[in-house]
Amino acid sequence: MNILPGLQPIVADLTDRFGRRIEGVFPVRPDEIYFHTAMELVPGFCAQLCRKWNARLVSLFADDARKPDGVFHLYYVLALDAAHGFFILRVPVPPEQPWFTSLTNALPAVNWQEREIQDLFGLRLEGHPNPRRCALHDDWPEVYPLRKDFDLKTVFPPFKGERHKFRKVEGEGVFQVPVGPVHAGIIEPGHFLFSVAGEPVLYLQIRLFYTHKGTEKLFENIPVTHGVCLAESISGDSSFAHATAFCHAVERAASVEVPPRARAVRTVCLELERLYNHIADIGAIATDVAFVVANAHAMRLKEQVLRLNEQLTGNRLLRGMAALGGVRFNWDAGQINLLSRFLSELRPQFDSLVEMVQESSSTRDRLETTGILKPGIACDLGVTGIAGRASGCDHDLRRDFPHAAYDQVKFNVPGYREGDVLRRMQVRIDEVREALAIIGQLVDKFPEGPIRVKVPALAPGTVALGYVEGWRGEIFHWIRAAENNRLARCKVKDPSLQNWPAMSEAILGNIIPDFPVINKSFNLSYSGTDR
Amino acid sequence: MFDILRKSLAAGIVTEAGPTATPGLARCVGRGRPEIDFANWKDARPAVAACPTGALACVDRGGIRTVRLDLGKCTFCGLCAEADASVRMTHACELTAMRREDLKVTAKYELGPDGTHRKLLAPPRSTLDSQVSSLDALGTKLKERLDKVLGRSLHIREVDAGSCNGCEVEIVGLNSPVYDIERFGIHFVASPRHADMLLVTGPVSRNMELALRKTYDATPAPRLVVAVGACGCSGGIFGANYASLGGVDKVIPVDVYIPGCPPNPHALLHGILTAIGRLPGKA
Ligand code: SF4
Repeated sequence: MNILPGLQPIVADLTDRFGRRIEGVFPVRPDEIYFHTAMELVPGFCAQLCRKWNARLVSLFADDARKPDGVFHLYYVLALDAAHGFFILRVPVPPEQPWFTSLTNALPAVNWQEREIQDLFGLRLEGHPNPRRCALHDDWPEVYPLRKDFDLKTVFPPFKGERHKFRKVEGEGVFQVPVGPVHAGIIEPGHFLFSVAGEPVLYLQIRLFYTHKGTEKLFENIPVTHGVCLAESISGDSSFAHATAFCHAVERAASVEVPPRARAVRTVCLELERLYNHIADIGAIATDVAFVVANAHAMRLKEQVLRLNEQLTGNRLLRGMAALGGVRFNWDAGQINLLSRFLSELRPQFDSLVEMVQESSSTRDRLETTGILKPGIACDLGVTGIAGRASGCDHDLRRDFPHAAYDQVKFNVPGYREGDVLRRMQVRIDEVREALAIIGQLVDKFPEGPIRVKVPALAPGTVALGYVEGWRGEIFHWIRAAENNRLARCKVKDPSLQNWPAMSEAILGNIIPDFPVINKSFNLSYSGTDR
Repeated sequence: MFDILRKSLAAGIVTEAGPTATPGLARCVGRGRPEIDFANWKDARPAVAACPTGALACVDRGGIRTVRLDLGKCTFCGLCAEADASVRMTHACELTAMRREDLKVTAKYELGPDGTHRKLLAPPRSTLDSQVSSLDALGTKLKERLDKVLGRSLHIREVDAGSCNGCEVEIVGLNSPVYDIERFGIHFVASPRHADMLLVTGPVSRNMELALRKTYDATPAPRLVVAVGACGCSGGIFGANYASLGGVDKVIPVDVYIPGCPPNPHALLHGILTAIGRLPGKA
């Protein structure tokens, strides 16, 4: 198997530097290279890649491979945006010595992911600055749900004990304000503990995983084909993006090429998902600063997109459209016409909405300099997607790792450095316009041909990384195939998991009444995080 | 200011006709419930194997096959229809039920030696169809009931008990000018203490169980509970597992079930209005 030309000098540099301490280099795909090594090499290896080659550690997860290999494996996925490839470090953790070294002090971006491994696999973290529970609440018994000897259907007795062990925040005049899990609006559940001195927030502790549903474990218990439907339910507002990322992983594992027409349809659907969510968020941000008229218009436009979705896919949230090897439903000339008519109708209405929001100086006043996430912090935390692009993190899988038909269209990736609510809204406004342009380019030269190819059963042991730039940010699905076309592991990485800790930074110094609008400007998925 | 007014006037009235409008309005062009041609069904197994949620299931015992279609689990994905020509996807999506059992359709077949159906023994029984009163009738009765029971308005507290947030995408839409739920005197409120109805989504994750119970206890009686979506009705694709309890009625009593994944705003509206219809009169 060959390696992408852009990646070859990097592989050479690493093998030069670390020599035989790298046990093997496996270019499973030209842009997906596995390095087998030992735990003690990980910090140096990651440091070299991040500092010298500008890599980003985008996902870190464990896999219980005790059955075939006698060990647990840790996987560190590093994205090399400029060279368009992924380097994946595989490290064994023997069951007799179930612990691993934390990288959080050097790479704060992995903080939550490391703790999740500790909770779900029972591998102890060494040297983590805050090794409390993250994925399991504190009242859960000592169980490790993602170990193979844990049964999906386990029924626990009622939990006892304290649910969350928070850090104490003390000082004269410091108050703590708990909020959630049931919130005032129609949103998902999570618990926020604000420490305030007077008005400004000093510290925000976030406890999530209220909507943990055992999704990754469930993937191991169903046929691969049903996995597409489960992926649609990871985060409802990203149904198509998650399902497509899952399909992408399976297709890569099976070495299947998706036909051009299916790629175009996927691209259109991904952009439609972006459209309805971005438009809804622009309205919701306006609502949170009391500009409800703008929200009414935004909701009206969102409804138009949902109805178009229904016409094109049979479901308002694009469910049932994703399929292994392509897409499920073909579009006739009438539907493509509908799509292009829709574009020309939506554009002026959207412009008018934007004008309304931007011309309101009182709205701008509330959004500008509110909830600032500084580029340095954003970069350290590995913030992705909208929030990243508003804070100087310039990456986009659509541009750097073109999937679906993104290599067939021209588009700009917006970028700002101010990192406030206003810029996170501006990124959305820019991306809506880009989305309309992307769909427009595709509609003009929609490829003909089949929309789906057959995906053969996966060879047991095959591993593959699938990815999609969802509307919220980058989504990764990593799979390892088992016997009988089932999965031994499906690791789901939603951008929200990466971005939540950044909320705690963005709120600092702001007042609690501004929290809703700051929260909305990130609009992270609780379910995508908790799974 | 004038500009905003001008823009709003230019948009015109976008609110959809309500429940009292002409019947027969095509509300859903997408996939609704699957319909099975039970009389001519030759073999349930391919469709059952295709179903990702277990909504379609069968058991064979002593040469008899019992097939069950559970609309409370179904996500209207249409994979069964793709696998089997005897199943057809309809556009019917307003499927409120007052009892969980009413969402299940069961049929029995005598089996041939190769496992195909030889004879339909018990024709499918479903109480759902007789339950589904038309939205129109509900709407006209609605105002009366609201006046009498709730003093003209209904307050809803939405509780996400572990959903994927798909249901929330649609519930939020009820407040949009297109569906404008407030015109029926129905409001979403911020606290269960102000609420007459809990609209609950999600399969009830283990971690939301306590919060859901507490929210229920904080809601003053008479209170109504509406379970929303395949997950709320039955646990949906997640079912019951170590982290998911498998439906709202595993934790608190449910008055009305609204299937769908997610139910669209019309289906939600239909369910909410049905629930009001069953409120006891003020003592
Ligand atoms: S529509 Fe989908 S979920 Fe419903 S019975 Fe058919 S296959 Fe199962």
